[in-house]
Amino acid sequence: MPGKPLRTIIESLIFVHDQPLSLDRLALILEEHERSDIRAALEELVEEYSTGERGIVLVQVAGGYQLRSRPEHADYIRRLTKSKGVKFSQSALETLAIVAYRQPVTRAEVEYLRGVDSGGVMKSLLEKKLLRILGKKDVPGKPLIYGTSREFLELFSLKDLGSLPTLKEIQELVPPDPFADQPELPLDPVEP
Amino acid sequence: MPLEDMQSNLFSDALEDAYRVHISEFEGPLDLLLHLIKKNEVDIYNIPIAAITRQYLEYMDLLKELNLDIAGEFLVMAATLLQIKSRMLLPVTQEEDEAEMEDPRAELVRRLLEYQRYRDASYLLSSRNLLGRDVFARKFDSRELADLVRKEEPADVELFELIEAFQRVLARVSVDTFHDVVADGISIADRIAEVLSLLHAEKTIRFDALLKDGMTRDLLVVTFLSILELCKMKLIKITQAESLGAIWLTSASLPDDEPGDEPGGGTAADDVMNADDDLETEGTVAWETA
Repeated sequence: MPGKPLRTIIESLIFVHDQPLSLDRLALILEEHERSDIRAALEELVEEYSTGERGIVLVQVAGGYQLRSRPEHADYIRRLTKSKGVKFSQSALETLAIVAYRQPVTRAEVEYLRGVDSGGVMKSLLEKKLLRILGKKDVPGKPLIYGTSREFLELFSLKDLGSLPTLKEIQELVPPDPFADQPELPLDPVEP
Repeated sequence: MPLEDMQSNLFSDALEDAYRVHISEFEGPLDLLLHLIKKNEVDIYNIPIAAITRQYLEYMDLLKELNLDIAGEFLVMAATLLQIKSRMLLPVTQEEDEAEMEDPRAELVRRLLEYQRYRDASYLLSSRNLLGRDVFARKFDSRELADLVRKEEPADVELFELIEAFQRVLARVSVDTFHDVVADGISIADRIAEVLSLLHAEKTIRFDALLKDGMTRDLLVVTFLSILELCKMKLIKITQAESLGAIWLTSASLPDDEPGDEPGGGTAADDVMNADDDLETEGTVAWETA
């Protein structure tokens, strides 16, 4: 049974670290503790944060643990940081989704699935480090193969790639189409 | 409403070219097709090709009227639609019937469904709690906290330490007392090129890895001079994680991985701070040097 000190030590470590802190890394730092104790303490912490009325939550993301603000407080935090946050174009999201589900994937495969040229959007996603090059495919032309990065998991609050909803599930629970309520073609004649 | 009317209402001829209208853009032909299928409330497995194709072409006309460039992909899809339509018009021969010819629309439907799946997946992605939009994590803006976790990060090296390290390497190489006739050594320019290509491949190199045991004094000196020269040319960065620790060379042209790094690299003030840190870690009183 892990004692309380271990739990608070872990809490401090996660608080101070600027990235998700993995169990492996914690086990290295807390060498005097059993890995199973650390894991148990982590679980307790997660539980504690989710049940307590706290402005921060402990989430499992990108293979590690990170303290993050409660999503429902986003408005207030945006007032503080004055940032509008990330905003993705539909093409960027589609490309990310395809790479996330189909990786390792070549650019040609992405373009076939989307039906449009995707070179530009993939380049900018690479620059933002959301995609990474996994290597070269062993077919004529040796095209680069792409996958998603750790930053992708962090950004989309994903524990790992396995926690992406399966494509089958997606069909069953599709969130409302954010583009559906857009006026179709704002071309109606203006009344004089 | 006829397209001509739309246009004349929107544009006067003079403005036609100056105007660029942002209409609800479709990501591509597949997106447009899905939109048309949804709008017409038709079954995706039984697409009325004639009607959909007509609307598709109308949309392309509209794009043209609005002076928008039509991406090649839209044209390819238009051709595909027309081809499917014409194939459906052809009578099915006996042979083809026996071979159970596939519906000409099947391939298109498969692509549409697949595209729709990924488009839905992309909606799902954007509805997640995005870091920096819905959820926020601590950022390390404050120097004090950043230093807490950055002890392992490289600090800038004083020239003196570099020379000391070089002396340590030189001390390992015994002074050759024989007079050997050796082939012409490598020039500094050549060595610079070598070091650069090494750095290109490895990104970071330990200072002593460049000055391996068994090198001649000449080569060591040439190597050291080329490191200094590279430094002067601002092509490499020389860093040291802790005082008396290993000295690392990194290519200066590489983008910095650390978002928190000060723009423009270490300033004179930073050097002073780093020097203080080093002294403190060693337990000496920093003020003595100040």
